[in-house]
Amino acid sequence: MASYRIAVLGDRDSVLGFQALGLSAFPVQGPEEARTILHRIAKENYAVVYLTETLAVEMEQDIARYKDALTPAIILIPGKEGSLGIGMRNIKAAVERAVGVDIL
Amino acid sequence: MAVMNVNPTRMELTRLKGKLRTAQRGHKLLKDKRDELMKRFLDTVREVRALRAQVEEELMRVHGSFTVASALMSGPAMEQALMYPKQSVELDMTFQNIMSVNVPRYEFRTRTKDNGDIYPYGFANTSGELDDAVEALGEVLQSMLKLAEIEKTAQMLAEEIEKTRRRVNALEYVVIPDTEDTIRYITMKLDENDRATTTRLMKVKDMLLAQAIEEQKARDARALEQFR
Repeated sequence: MASYRIAVLGDRDSVLGFQALGLSAFPVQGPEEARTILHRIAKENYAVVYLTETLAVEMEQDIARYKDALTPAIILIPGKEGSLGIGMRNIKAAVERAVGVDIL
Repeated sequence: MAVMNVNPTRMELTRLKGKLRTAQRGHKLLKDKRDELMKRFLDTVREVRALRAQVEEELMRVHGSFTVASALMSGPAMEQALMYPKQSVELDMTFQNIMSVNVPRYEFRTRTKDNGDIYPYGFANTSGELDDAVEALGEVLQSMLKLAEIEKTAQMLAEEIEKTRRRVNALEYVVIPDTEDTIRYITMKLDENDRATTTRLMKVKDMLLAQAIEEQKARDARALEQFR
């Protein structure tokens, strides 16, 4: 059983707290930087990547790349600015993908 | 009616009948798989929605506490306090097999066992609000991990359902009807050939009979001639 790490990607204020808990926090300035870091850590042994929704807006393509892969699981979390509802929308999208229509 | 491009022979007919049986069996199995996957998926999705709402709300509260904490402390001081974690989290990942889809199960280990021992800083230079924020975040982390697990599960199930649904539909609306049509076409063609052969034989038999009668008549006539 291999052991994996957890990464948190987001703006400085949003990720600092996670750093204190021992997760690997990656404070980034913008989506460009986040993109390069995401692709880099996807190759390393990170099982879960928490990504702030603010960044996720600009990184749809990159997230879609890992959607069907087993690792990393990219999970959106609200950043400092509050929830943008993207996480919820993704669930809806998954339902639509599976069922054909949103039935929930 | 879409007939496949095959030769209407008996061998082809046998082959197609076998193919149809396999397709129908596969269709039934895949349909069962899809239904079960769907059931699991909907359960998971319901769970994800509830948990996500909860996690988002809690995280917002944590962010709020961090904001309060940072208002009471200088930026660099807070960064310094949080930069070097005492706690470290490691994740064990195992897999669970749901209808042949491998989904992850996370189990996480922390280095320090005591939950009160998570603060990576001395209490002298930091505000009490920071303690609260860090503690609250530690609590949310549990739910966040569970969320990661079931959300990934939901994503992977969705993918598998999509694939299975495509297969079921392809079998149901293309492969099976096409094969049935082709089988009917070949059967009809073979029957037609049989009938053609029968009529041809009857015709030939008639002709041979007529010829034999002609010959017999000629022979009778010759014999009668000689007799006279």
